Amino acid sequence: MWRRCQRLFYAWPPQTPRLCPTPPFGGPRLSLPGTARTYTPPTERKRFYQNVSISQGEGGFEINLDHRKLKTPQAKLFTVPSEALAIAVATEWDSQQDAIKSYTMHLTTLCNTVLDNPSQRNKDQLIRAAVKFLETDTVCYKVEEPAGLVELQKNEWDPMIEWAEKRYNVEIGSSTSILGPNIPARTKDTFTSHLASYNTWALQGIEYVIAQLKSLILSMGVIDRHIPVEKAVLLSRLEEEYQIQRWGNVEWAHDYDLYELRARTAAGTLFAHLCSESSTVKHKLLQD
Amino acid sequence: MASLGSPLRTLRSLLRELRYVSAKAGRPYRDMAAYQHLREAFRAHRITSEKLCRAQHELHFQAATYLCLLRSVREHLALHQVYHARGERSTEEAAGLVGLKLPQQPGGKGWDP
Repeated sequence: MWRRCQRLFYAWPPQTPRLCPTPPFGGPRLSLPGTARTYTPPTERKRFYQNVSISQGEGGFEINLDHRKLKTPQAKLFTVPSEALAIAVATEWDSQQDAIKSYTMHLTTLCNTVLDNPSQRNKDQLIRAAVKFLETDTVCYKVEEPAGLVELQKNEWDPMIEWAEKRYNVEIGSSTSILGPNIPARTKDTFTSHLASYNTWALQGIEYVIAQLKSLILSMGVIDRHIPVEKAVLLSRLEEEYQIQRWGNVEWAHDYDLYELRARTAAGTLFAHLCSESSTVKHKLLQD
Repeated sequence: MASLGSPLRTLRSLLRELRYVSAKAGRPYRDMAAYQHLREAFRAHRITSEKLCRAQHELHFQAATYLCLLRSVREHLALHQVYHARGERSTEEAAGLVGLKLPQQPGGKGWDP
């Protein structure tokens, strides 16, 4: 039964082609031309459980749906390293009303991706994929016209680049050419070694955020808690926001994208934070 | 450092989102593990006189991120159900989306006066 949702339950890296010769079971279906309705939405599984709870096992925290243990699409036991993450995943399963909508369960999706690793990538490959975004980082590509957008990019993006240069003690710069800025090799090495300090779980979350925002700099901004998620998403969509101000907002395209991007970015950030923190309980010394 | 507003406000908004979630599950939100976890976490980090307490800022940032996640998922789902959940639209509906109407042809389709 799980096989059915397998494809829908992973956070696929952006490079992986998602095309498959036959549509996946349960996925959207296209019927033959000539019939009246050519597209029907994918079928969803019913909510087959009543209660969701978490329990502590040997490998970490597990999710129980009634009396069954939650498994990943490859039928491995679903275990996560942090209790807070387990609670958040349990809340996702609890918030499914009648049908299980996998596209609203971003944390579950990320956990599945780490546990099953469907793209078979190791830590080095993850880091390389993440640092590659620096060469085409959104905030490093500027426009020369229109004047309003030029000024907006200068006021909003430049402080972020400056922050990253200072925080990591590197040189980044920006460019208006289609070839992008020339990023020195030392900068890439710095980011590579910084990312290597995270564990695989956190790294998967960070890579997911980078792929959403299309920017390593903005992603490090949220991971380092320098800017909130909403701000990072706004900066990532700066040109779109500018065009919306000019031409108007279309709810079913712009807002739809905005909320999805926010949800994904927030999920990746939270995932990275929850998976990289050690015990945070520190008792303050009492002073007389 | 990101400015996130007051932690109390974040907590209140989070509880509101949890109420939406628990309404779907059909249970009071106070029974949810997430509620208990949040309450304990906020209580444990409340007592501090530091101007900038790192642990508290971290917790607040995490709470704000979680709030953003819950809120965005809810809003996204609402839009999805209105616009994208029912399969392909008819020609009339598609035209209506962009504020247009299909032309009226008194003699039926293909009618030429």
